[in-house]
Amino acid sequence: MESSRGQVTGGGTGGRPFSRRWFLGAGSASLLTAGLGTGLTACGSGGGAGGDGKTITAFVYGDDAVKVQQAGVDRFNKSAAAKKAGGTVKLQKVPGSDYSPKLRTAMGSPSAPDVFFNWGGGSIKPYEEAGKLVDLTDIIEGDPVLKDGFLPSVLASGDLGGRHYGIPMRGMQPVILFYNKAVFTEHKLQPPTTWDQLLDINAKLKKAKITPFALGGSDIWPELMWLEYLVDRIGGPEVFKRIQDGDAEGWGDPAVLKAAELVKELIDDGAFGSKFTSVSYVNGGAPAVFARGKAAMHLMGSWEYSTQLGKFPDFAKTNLGWAAFPTVEGGTGDVRNVVGNPTNYWSINARTKNKDLAVGFLKDCASKEYAQALIDNGDVPTTSNAADLLASSPNPEYAKFQYDMVEKAPAFTLSWDQALGDGLGTKMHTEIGKLFAGQSSPSEFVTACKGLK
Amino acid sequence: MTVTVEKARTGKPRTANRAGRPHAAWALPGVLFFTFFAVVPMALALYLSFTSWDGLADPKPVGLDNWKKLLDDPRMTQSLWLTVVLTFASWAFQTVVALLLGVWAAGRQRNRAILSAVFFVPFLLSSTAIAILFYALLDPNFGIIQKDTLGSQSGAFLAIVFVGGWQFIPFHTLIYQGGARQIPDVLYQAAAIDGAGRYRQFFSITLPQLRHTITTSTVLMVVGSLTYFETVLILTKGGPGTDTAILPYLMYEAGFKTYDFGYASAIASFLVIAATGLSLVLVRLTGFGAMRSTREGM
Repeated sequence: MESSRGQVTGGGTGGRPFSRRWFLGAGSASLLTAGLGTGLTACGSGGGAGGDGKTITAFVYGDDAVKVQQAGVDRFNKSAAAKKAGGTVKLQKVPGSDYSPKLRTAMGSPSAPDVFFNWGGGSIKPYEEAGKLVDLTDIIEGDPVLKDGFLPSVLASGDLGGRHYGIPMRGMQPVILFYNKAVFTEHKLQPPTTWDQLLDINAKLKKAKITPFALGGSDIWPELMWLEYLVDRIGGPEVFKRIQDGDAEGWGDPAVLKAAELVKELIDDGAFGSKFTSVSYVNGGAPAVFARGKAAMHLMGSWEYSTQLGKFPDFAKTNLGWAAFPTVEGGTGDVRNVVGNPTNYWSINARTKNKDLAVGFLKDCASKEYAQALIDNGDVPTTSNAADLLASSPNPEYAKFQYDMVEKAPAFTLSWDQALGDGLGTKMHTEIGKLFAGQSSPSEFVTACKGLK
Repeated sequence: MTVTVEKARTGKPRTANRAGRPHAAWALPGVLFFTFFAVVPMALALYLSFTSWDGLADPKPVGLDNWKKLLDDPRMTQSLWLTVVLTFASWAFQTVVALLLGVWAAGRQRNRAILSAVFFVPFLLSSTAIAILFYALLDPNFGIIQKDTLGSQSGAFLAIVFVGGWQFIPFHTLIYQGGARQIPDVLYQAAAIDGAGRYRQFFSITLPQLRHTITTSTVLMVVGSLTYFETVLILTKGGPGTDTAILPYLMYEAGFKTYDFGYASAIASFLVIAATGLSLVLVRLTGFGAMRSTREGM
């Protein structure tokens, strides 16, 4: 609202008066998108820098971690770099579940953001194909701050066709096997390192009337994590790489079938209990089942730690344990391989009116201050200076585990749904949901996936 | 529905009837609103259904591809079947309860008025709020019914029918209450003199007299069920698996999850055609369109 008021008086655009008719026409459109200032609303809500008042907008996934980005924006807006580029950045926090559709519809409209959060890889492929992304390869190569600022593997994970389109801006998100230390101690168990051990633990837990694994099955993506790790452990990262590169026949790899069969065995065996298809992760159901000891383990992204810290702080501090996903007998995948999201990225809209400002803002993500803010939030940054900061984490032991896990991983497979993009990813989710709900058999699952396009 | 009614009227113009009626221009605001917010979007959706559009680049014409896909897609077949079953189950549940409640509430005692007001409350809440409320109540680990309700097809389906009924029965009760109060007392008095009991009176007077009310309520329910969406999105997300993915949900998924707006538009157009067709058929079959009075011969 602030900015549309600015238009009426013309205050933000060097005193140029706008007619009432102009306001009714253009203003009604920009009212809907107040503050999204791409050209139409050329005035800063805070009065702008030096009276010039160029504001660019950044769309971000609005969860608990967003405070790090807000602090980054505030710091950048006061910086010399912002003054030099002559403008400020405005952060638009979009609620998580609405993020993808909102971004998609905004990008086709006059209120498109200049900078936006994404998952790299397939998640930005349609945008790249539609010519909406700034190719950052030359900018990164030509700038020591950006070039040396991030772990190369993480930077590369967001690439499309060997070109950089994004700058890492959040913590690492490897998928980790979490376990409840209290339950494990009580039943004299050790975290599994092999699949057989895992089955053995399951049997003991079931005897003790404890569900072995919490699973937020109604969200589907927590189910996906199981397949991602199993396929990696059985057949190595090459199996999914082939699928990601567009060869749907890759689903026919024996590793996929074997992984689906192992999943089916787990389900039939009651490893996830009998109600997991109606349990959600997003609304806190699965984390609560896990924290309260109703389930002993939880395969989840590294954000499980901050989720638990927020909802069940005592559990997170004393009884939350973590381990790598076990090996599968006969599998060829390296046990050090990791799946998950290397991190999230900022990309720049090719239609931005102030690219210098956007690039300047992205550079801030390589700064020590930004990395420290991530650390303080319990995240592990993907910046090259991260290792030195780990000791100041609220839980240095966990931060170090995560950092080493990612640093030493021979392969880091991006979450399949993100790697495939929204279209294919959603259809794959449907098939995974059917497999876990018992509506399709492992071989039907493979056949269905081969037919996805 | 409206269209047919007007057609039936204009079919036999009677000058005498025109006298006290407003000029056609009075309809202009309504017509304009309807054009901009219903006809234009519908036409755009129909156009999009002949294109392939991911929401970013320009829509590319693909001819009948989306419509062919609509016919071949096994998920579409499943969705259509689920929609039909959901519509029928909702109709049966809501009609029986609303009819009985409405007829009961048509009595004139004070307690009934108060209870009727209380019954009406669910209808005033937003569908989203209701769905979130029931989602919490049905949580398998922490809700009041700690069963895997939403994790099985029958459970999820019953939950959707029940929650929909809980929300919309009050509205239909109100319609039936109004309808039942229109029935002249003399009919009941005459029946009582002839020795008809309560049940006989209900089946021989109340029900036949409510014929048109039932049609109105049914059309609203059927068309409403065809666009039933928020509850499914929040309660089940079409799951478990694809067990509750009714047509509007499939449309949402095609549009806002897979970003296949062309296909989503084809589903949307299909829904519009099906809903219009169904309501026309219902109106025609029940003789509602002829607008004969239920009180003929009175």
